[in-house]
Amino acid sequence: MKTTTVSRRKFIKRAALATTAAVAAPYMRTSYSAGKLTLGCWDHWVPGANDTLTAIVNEWGAQNHVETHIDYITSVGDKDLLTASAEAEAKTGHDIMQHRAWQVQVHRDVLEPVDDVIDRLVKDHGPIATISEYLAKDHHGKWKGVPTVVGSQVKPCCSRIDLYKQYCGVDVTKMFPFGDNRDKTLVDSWNWDLYLTTAEKLFKGGYPVGLPMGQTSDAIDWVGALFRSYGAVFVDEKDNIAVDSAETRAALEYAQKLMKFNPPDVYAWDDAGNNKWLISGKGSSIMNPPSAWSVAKRDNIKVAEQCWTHDMPRGAKGRFAPYLPFYYGVWTFAQNQSAAKDLIHYIVDKPQAKRQVQASNGYDLPAFKSYYDFDTWKTVEPPKGTVYNYPPRGDEELSITGYPARPDVAAQIYNQSLQTVMIGKVTQGGEKIDDVVKWAKNECEGYLRS
Amino acid sequence: MSDTIPRTAASGNTAAAIARPGSLYRMSRQRSTIAFLFALPLLVVIGGLIVYPGVYAMYLSTLNTRMNRFIGLGNYTFLFSRDTFWMVVEQSCLFAITAVIFKALIGIVTAHLVNNLPSKGQRKWRGMLLIPWVMPLSLSTLGWRWLLDPTYSAFNWLFAQVGGPQIGWLSDPMWARFSAILVNVWFGAPFFLIMYLAALKSVPGELYEAASIDGATAWQKLIHVTLPMMRNIISITVLFSLIVTFANYDIVNVLTAGGPRNMTHVFATWAFQLGIASGDIPLGASVSLFMFPILGVCAFFILRGVRQRGREI
Repeated sequence: MKTTTVSRRKFIKRAALATTAAVAAPYMRTSYSAGKLTLGCWDHWVPGANDTLTAIVNEWGAQNHVETHIDYITSVGDKDLLTASAEAEAKTGHDIMQHRAWQVQVHRDVLEPVDDVIDRLVKDHGPIATISEYLAKDHHGKWKGVPTVVGSQVKPCCSRIDLYKQYCGVDVTKMFPFGDNRDKTLVDSWNWDLYLTTAEKLFKGGYPVGLPMGQTSDAIDWVGALFRSYGAVFVDEKDNIAVDSAETRAALEYAQKLMKFNPPDVYAWDDAGNNKWLISGKGSSIMNPPSAWSVAKRDNIKVAEQCWTHDMPRGAKGRFAPYLPFYYGVWTFAQNQSAAKDLIHYIVDKPQAKRQVQASNGYDLPAFKSYYDFDTWKTVEPPKGTVYNYPPRGDEELSITGYPARPDVAAQIYNQSLQTVMIGKVTQGGEKIDDVVKWAKNECEGYLRS
Repeated sequence: MSDTIPRTAASGNTAAAIARPGSLYRMSRQRSTIAFLFALPLLVVIGGLIVYPGVYAMYLSTLNTRMNRFIGLGNYTFLFSRDTFWMVVEQSCLFAITAVIFKALIGIVTAHLVNNLPSKGQRKWRGMLLIPWVMPLSLSTLGWRWLLDPTYSAFNWLFAQVGGPQIGWLSDPMWARFSAILVNVWFGAPFFLIMYLAALKSVPGELYEAASIDGATAWQKLIHVTLPMMRNIISITVLFSLIVTFANYDIVNVLTAGGPRNMTHVFATWAFQLGIASGDIPLGASVSLFMFPILGVCAFFILRGVRQRGREI
């Protein structure tokens, strides 16, 4: 048998040549070149939603001769945050990573600008929600993430039709009807004062509202909407600390009254606490996406038949819906950036968005108002029209806790649960409002550290 | 004793030619080299998974929020000025010290009980008592979370059946702290049990016989025989448990996520909140490293005591 020997010199020479060729070879930056693309996506809690996204991604892969692979990463135990942080630090990992609201800002230095994708989408589908823009643009005004359909959500009221009628004489289906025939007077009457009055009646009737006051996102989100509707700003756009204000005090005083009509365990609820409260039939209203309704449809149909998703109460400075968008980001170290951007555009484009909303039973909320005409929100039941008002259709403005502080600071206001801790101190802890405001001011000073 | 392994004698010209060892060969035959080679896999693991991350965390803690500027000890001085930080320090100390004390007490009592069981049934008891420790912590904490659930607590259901009070196990800050410590004690006590049981079994029976002849009571035997003989193992177990308990993350994260009102946060959960969730990795690293020098000093003195006692024996 003939054997070939390679001397050490020859081996080194050949290896050097091969390496030089690999490094110097031009890389085809187009999705039409065959290659591989990996995605790290949020593991959807709705059965079947992941399959739809996989099908969409595979379709695009087949059309463009790109091999695609998705890893679905759960947010349970913040595994998605940990994975993204690890990849950002190691500068290796998926090409596309899905990020929760604040994480685009956290990783903005290692995310590729995606203005070109946004421009194409805006041109085709109109403006993107202001809060989506606020969370995704870096300090140079560059978009670092594209708002996803999957996972993005608002958390308006989800109320029991029967209990509101029985104990409060309020018909939420008439106030926020299925269709565009709202009565402005009725809608205007749905403010925080009426919410308090009804909460008291429902509490006395044995069916309290369930507003979480822990340190997880459901609590942080509705409380942020409450503060904002009172006009309370914690830190403004120019880094001025504005928490010590009459508006903050008014919101805290209101919270003092409202929390008396909640079950005492709300201070320990996680994001499942309010869902369980409604599904069990004990609760009359929560502030949540239609996930609680979806589970009730499966586990307690009698409750689901009485659920109605509708607008948040209005305050002196407006009506705000807590919004929590997700984003697709392309790492600066991604191997196939142009293909990644093309795929993101494909996923977020209207025909594919419609399929994703359908697969999530209307839970996923796109960032484009022009997408709010999807049939899903009109067709899912029971009762008919139950989630029609899930996408903001009236005077509701999307909002996120911490806004309008610059995102680095707002992320800390949000993630360190500043506002829910303040309410907890005033209500459960019995501390004086002045002391709590002083404490919050001190915390905000800390957040401004650069 | 020679530091080299004695070579088999070689004789004859051929053998003499072979037995002209180079320095590399001699080094490879030294006991210290062989010991080093055997320890190398462990050293690589320790270096890769403990030393490197530790040093990297120290480096991170000297950077600014965006990790693009060196600020020395700036993160630490900032932390010292925060009320929440001192609250977390207080809570972490309360959590770790209380839990370790109870684990040690329960461990020593249970070890004595098991030690006095007839040897026939002892193995079964040992196995059963170890179950909390061998179960994955996150899983067992989830079980506890259901037992202590804010709304549907199984304990509260039982209390309700007998007309007892409804306790806010996780919603009342004081009860939430108690619950976190309780779960930690439940998880960690079997470790103390098994260590103390091993130590008890190694105490020579003659010492107890001598004490009995001298008329010592059971209490006196415990104080003057058992505990002095167990001092080293108690010290090491307490040190080890203190370090692990200070670094605990799972229990608090699953049970309370630091709430209500931040009143159950410990170093690890607060460091995660600052570092990963809020995007300030250097500050998170500083929080997680805060106990390092304190525990280091504790470890130094405890291990020195152990060494000294070892020499006395």
